[in-house]
Amino acid sequence: MKLKKILSLCLAGAMVLSLAACGSKDSGSSDNASADNGAQASSDAQVFKIGSIGPTTGGAAIYGNAVKSAIEIAVDEVNAAGGINGYQVECNFQDDEHDAEKSVNAYNTLKDWGMQILVGTVTSKPCEAVVEKTSADNMFQITPSATSVNSIQHENAFRMCFSDPNQGTESANYIADNSLATKISVIYDSSDTYSSGIYTQFAATAKERGLEIVTADAFTADSNTDFSVQIQKAKDAGADLLFLPIYYSQAALILQQADKIGYDPVFFGVDGMDGILSVENFDTTLAEGLIFLTPFAATAEDDLTQNFVKAYEAKCGETPNQFAADAYDCVYVLKMAIEKAGVTPDMSVSDICEALKPVMGEISYTGLTGQDISWTAEGEPSKAPIVVKIVNGAYELQ
Amino acid sequence: MSFISYLINGVSLGSVYAIIALGYTMVYGIAKMLNFAHGDVIMVGGYVVFTTVSTWGMPPIAGLIISVCVCTILGMVIERVAYKPLRNATPLAVLITAIGVSYLLQNIALLIFSASPKSFTSIVTIPALSLAGGQIIVSGETIVTIISCVVIMIALMLFIRKTKAGQAMLAVSEDRGAATLMGVNVNGTIALTFAIGSGLAAIAGVLLCSAYPTLTPYTGAMPGIKAFVAAVFGGIGSIPGAFIGGILLGVIENLAKAYISSQMADAIVFAVLIVVLLVRPTGILGKKMNEKV
Amino acid sequence: MMKKNMKKTISKNVKSNIITFGIAAAAFIFVQILIATGSLSSLMQGLMVPLCTYVILAVSLNLTVGILGELSLGHAGFMCVGAFASAFFSRCVEDTMTNSLVRFILALLIGAVAAAIFGVIIGIPVLRLRGDYLAIVTLAFGEIIKNIVNVMYVGRDSNGFHFSMKDAVSMDMEPDGDIIINGAQGINGIPNDSTFIIGFILVIITLIIVINLVNSRTGRAVMAIRDNRIAAESVGINITKYKMMAFVISAALAGIGGVLYAHNLSTLTALPKNFGYNMSIMILVFVVLGGIGSIRGSMISAVILTLLPELLRGLNDYRMLIYAIVLILMMLFNWSPKAKELRSRFSLKNLFAKNKSAKEAE
Repeated sequence: MKLKKILSLCLAGAMVLSLAACGSKDSGSSDNASADNGAQASSDAQVFKIGSIGPTTGGAAIYGNAVKSAIEIAVDEVNAAGGINGYQVECNFQDDEHDAEKSVNAYNTLKDWGMQILVGTVTSKPCEAVVEKTSADNMFQITPSATSVNSIQHENAFRMCFSDPNQGTESANYIADNSLATKISVIYDSSDTYSSGIYTQFAATAKERGLEIVTADAFTADSNTDFSVQIQKAKDAGADLLFLPIYYSQAALILQQADKIGYDPVFFGVDGMDGILSVENFDTTLAEGLIFLTPFAATAEDDLTQNFVKAYEAKCGETPNQFAADAYDCVYVLKMAIEKAGVTPDMSVSDICEALKPVMGEISYTGLTGQDISWTAEGEPSKAPIVVKIVNGAYELQ
Repeated sequence: MSFISYLINGVSLGSVYAIIALGYTMVYGIAKMLNFAHGDVIMVGGYVVFTTVSTWGMPPIAGLIISVCVCTILGMVIERVAYKPLRNATPLAVLITAIGVSYLLQNIALLIFSASPKSFTSIVTIPALSLAGGQIIVSGETIVTIISCVVIMIALMLFIRKTKAGQAMLAVSEDRGAATLMGVNVNGTIALTFAIGSGLAAIAGVLLCSAYPTLTPYTGAMPGIKAFVAAVFGGIGSIPGAFIGGILLGVIENLAKAYISSQMADAIVFAVLIVVLLVRPTGILGKKMNEKV
Repeated sequence: MMKKNMKKTISKNVKSNIITFGIAAAAFIFVQILIATGSLSSLMQGLMVPLCTYVILAVSLNLTVGILGELSLGHAGFMCVGAFASAFFSRCVEDTMTNSLVRFILALLIGAVAAAIFGVIIGIPVLRLRGDYLAIVTLAFGEIIKNIVNVMYVGRDSNGFHFSMKDAVSMDMEPDGDIIINGAQGINGIPNDSTFIIGFILVIITLIIVINLVNSRTGRAVMAIRDNRIAAESVGINITKYKMMAFVISAALAGIGGVLYAHNLSTLTALPKNFGYNMSIMILVFVVLGGIGSIRGSMISAVILTLLPELLRGLNDYRMLIYAIVLILMMLFNWSPKAKELRSRFSLKNLFAKNKSAKEAE
């Protein structure tokens, strides 16, 4: 009994402490907020505050970390070149663990920090939750990599990447147009929004185009190491093309396991496949002949790509993937839009959004992930997916 | 013919579960705690071999030995720092601490190795076995995993039956209080259990990563849970039970994927587990618990 | 003598309950004042509904773990059932029922009932098992629920409802169809009906239900089963009935937590993160850290552990690492005999003495 009492006292103490901590934090942040609102001419208001959200811990951390590093590189470059409209840019990246609720928390944290524009979120599902909040606050949002349709369903939100249906349709059309296969098998992640979204659209378009899907097998986040059954089924059904609307970490395993049982169809992937060649220690001969859609190829020889790849490798020691490239482009798209709209940091969040929205329909941007990209009012970019094939361990444009 | 392929693939997946489950079941049997951090020790074992072999260019066998040493020490440190102070607390408290340790190991790995997947070079050099004119292929990793699983299982059973330390383990698992009275060093025995369990985790890690060569900070988490299920399946605390449970789990998972629904394979595996436990409430080889009044 | 003792325990219970409700009410008033004066950060405002959700979940799990004495690792499964059932309902009637309060109350009932039904279905086999085997079976059920929700497709068009376990295409819907549950993509466009006030009322309702249950005849029967099953049976307590009752109430309350969760964000998916065993374990952490069987403790630790990772955001990359370390330290601090000894010897000496004198005065 005594012990219990001590315990509850301790806990109560801890609660008081943590409440005190919250209290002090609250007052701290509200001070900042009032400083922002009240004295907008203060030096604090003379920078653009760009927030970003994505997973930097948890299973999806690769994507969040790529976006984070790329944004930092882009912002440093912009600042070194004199900022946007003469104002410096400050960025703040918050972790959401690929969870919608945490993502909203991250968004609120950034709001307390004084964020004016959101570059995010990185993953689709959290983005669907956050876009409701940005829409309510009328904050301008551009996501580098949230692909689901609903993740930009409000008019304040734009995206830099392809959408899921777009990729599903493009893949099916490409396969049909080039008569790559007569029998197609699909392996997709049924527990993932991105993967099942692309698969659904792919299946619909494949039906229209008369492509035969002989097997469509799923895996889930809980069993994503052993694909032998799915591959065996595809092999037994005589599929000559294996469509993989999944991320490269699982795709690497599928390639290895298919190789083990001597199954060698045409492998066809989507933009999640980008990065497979840079998996440390990966036997790239396995990926030989792999075809996939991607907005970005790190091996492209134009100066822009080369400089970015160099800067990214210097910062992270890794080759950037399309997440990084899309995020880098986001910052420059913002720069272009802000310059065109003549937005200044002392404007309110809502005013910035109102000023930027019409401009997004007018600009035409050329960057790492595409040429002359323009945006529709729904926020979709006009990017034609580039089809690349891995030949001799390097991307080759098709 | 494809049925036999599925079966063999199931066995090879199951053998990986089995080898992880051996460590789980041993720690549970003796220390009476669910060591949720076991899966993450496996991940550490994988990263140690990756670093020594792929990055520093050491021979695989040296990497394996270093990995076993590192994990053994890690296991003992974890036991000493996080579990020993809670020896007499409720088992739930230890369970939660183990979860804390699991988060800790994952996040340390995340900081050191980043979240990018690493491709693990298999340390198994045995060529794949080709049967029935190439229609059925048994990979070298499968052969090695099953053989090491059986060897470890027999070694563990001999160790527990024949050696003094093993007898001490048995005594501690039967009745901790009585063992203390008989002069068994309970703390030492439990520390030894963790050392052996973590050493096994290192071997399991290497075999897991050889069979499924992608390594991330979260590699160990899901196989860890599956192996836990396998251990319960076979009767937790029973060493041959872990082996049987692991193999069965792998086979059921793959057959469910092949013949019922690939989307629902997880649900089917768990449903089978529930049915087994309802028929045999202590698993396939579990001891019947007698109730004390 | 006996009577006096009894009176004392009762009054002590009442006192303890008053403190529990007092803490909840004080926290509510404190937050309301902060909101009214505009000094509450957006983060804290956004966290209020999740805090209520986790408090409900922790208190409801404590009913199973602390009062019934069975380890459940599938609590998130009930939360998942409650969340999806209610979100499905809200999504269906969103256009026809415009009064958000009525809609939410109906959703709440549906969520709670659905979770209770699953509580019965799962409770029948599960409660026959013991200890860790029970734990693993509840974990299995939780995972099964998550897995099934992830492959469930439900749509509605002019011909009525369509259902599929394979994919959205195989539902064969008319072009005007609306996919409500879209497999792994979950449910979208759920009305944001959860508010802090609703959340707080639900917390209070949960507390009333659980505390009344614990202090009732039923509660005493349940605790008797926990402490000694055979003794309880021998005095004529119907074990199955009482165990089932506690388990189902716990499930229904978790369903309520799920309803609150689902209506806080406009989107709902069953990821391993939010409805898998990770979440079940997270709730269990709240319960164990707060003290098994202590309702107040669950409440407080749910609040602290939900706030902690948010307050650690300043640490960036080290955030989750520090969180893990804090979790281990808190467990050691709370449960290790040495730490207990240290605590009683130093930090709380004075408080302790005061307590004693107060007792004597009584």
